[in-house]
Amino acid sequence: MSEIGERVKKIVVEHLGVEPEKVVDSASFIDDLGADSLDTVELVMAFEEEFGCEIPDDAAETILTVGDATKFLEKNAKS
Amino acid sequence: MRRVVVTGLGMVTPLGCGVDATWTRILAGQSGAKKIDTFDVSDLPSQVACPVPRGDGSDGTFNADQWMEPKDQRKVDDFIIFAMGAAKQALDDANWHPQTEEDKCATGTLIGSGIGGLSGIADTAIVLKERGPRKVSPFFIPGRLINLASGYVSIEHGLKGPNHSVVTACSTGAHAIGDGARLIALGDADVMVAGGTESPICRIGMAGFCAARALSTGFNETPQKASRPYDKDRDGFVMGEGAGIVVLEEYEHAKKRGAKIYAEVIGYGLSGDAYHITSPSPDGDGGFRSMSAALKRAGLTAADLDYINAHGTSTQVGDEIELGAVERLLGNAASKVSMSSTKSATGHLLGAAGAIEAIFAILAIRDNVVPPTINLDNPSVQTAIDLVPHTSRKRDVNVALSNSFGFGGTNASVIVRRVT
Repeated sequence: MSEIGERVKKIVVEHLGVEPEKVVDSASFIDDLGADSLDTVELVMAFEEEFGCEIPDDAAETILTVGDATKFLEKNAKS
Repeated sequence: MRRVVVTGLGMVTPLGCGVDATWTRILAGQSGAKKIDTFDVSDLPSQVACPVPRGDGSDGTFNADQWMEPKDQRKVDDFIIFAMGAAKQALDDANWHPQTEEDKCATGTLIGSGIGGLSGIADTAIVLKERGPRKVSPFFIPGRLINLASGYVSIEHGLKGPNHSVVTACSTGAHAIGDGARLIALGDADVMVAGGTESPICRIGMAGFCAARALSTGFNETPQKASRPYDKDRDGFVMGEGAGIVVLEEYEHAKKRGAKIYAEVIGYGLSGDAYHITSPSPDGDGGFRSMSAALKRAGLTAADLDYINAHGTSTQVGDEIELGAVERLLGNAASKVSMSSTKSATGHLLGAAGAIEAIFAILAIRDNVVPPTINLDNPSVQTAIDLVPHTSRKRDVNVALSNSFGFGGTNASVIVRRVT
């Protein structure tokens, strides 16, 4: 897993309180990791904080899995 | 109307997590007060409080992880976590864990708070000002709303009956229990999880009550002496935190399932002062009328009372006004009644106060013992009423009344009686 992928995984584990082994690229935040709609908003905020970038609402709506987040951040991360 | 009894108790208080820890320590005359060391108080006139003792859960300490998932704790203020703890204790104590749809729908939740998520509001206001609205958490609102204590508890335990809350400042806990009992009496529910919860010990909470000149300021170096109801040196209340929650149940429902019955809620009275936003009416008429209404509802006279858990916050004016109202109520029966202020030990839990104090009244009936008013070295007035100074007292207690009076001139009195 990329360095960014590892940081994404750490945030997801922390915020959703899930086992690290469940946080794989294909895992859906809502369907596989037990997040609700408010959790996903907070996750996006945590990604913004960690990676020093802004994730606009229309982009946030396309981030449904751990892999989606990693892919987006590999392109857009500023820190 | 249907009869309502208490079948479960839960407490998170400055004296400990759990009914046993709290009751043992209060009967031993211990105080929950200490100098505040969790945030800067150097510029605050009042620097003492009664915090819930945090720890790993042993020896009566409160371990939030036992009551709520860590990932959910982050989303809410402490008043919700305290409520989760006290509600679980009460439901376990009552051995009531509804499984069928019918039982779930017959069980409601009515947990109030005076202020709710004060520290979360203060912290988020700073985030908003310094970093803008995009940094405000989606959990900001649901983690601060007062009725979310009821919300979280109902979700955790699957309680689908009335989902309600109370906000009446320092009368909240008493109103929650009284109103919860009414919902059962009128048939809206068979079981209610009712009480109050509060987490006001933070800089903005201290600053606000200091500004209102409500807090003790003269005992910053001797915190355990600061809460001293009826004593001539009292100079304000000591802020407390925690939760008190009871399981209320329709009498036949409780009997049928063989539940342990602590006491019956037989009286509940409410009144308004219509006088001032923070000061009680000097004639004490509001408190007098709320106690009188509770007695009328109970079908008793003042001479039937054995124990009164006073509102008694340790403020200059409030204590004597309440004492005057109680003397007026009791008349010639004053000398047979014991009245103590447990706030001398717990501090003032605001919206949770009425609930933990109703529980103390219930435990006084269970054990035939009344908890003390600690620090009562020199009463500021003479009275025929036994104010239970310093040490708890064994005595017969069959009927007990608990008073709660709040900002806004809101008064509530709850009467409980032994079920024989």
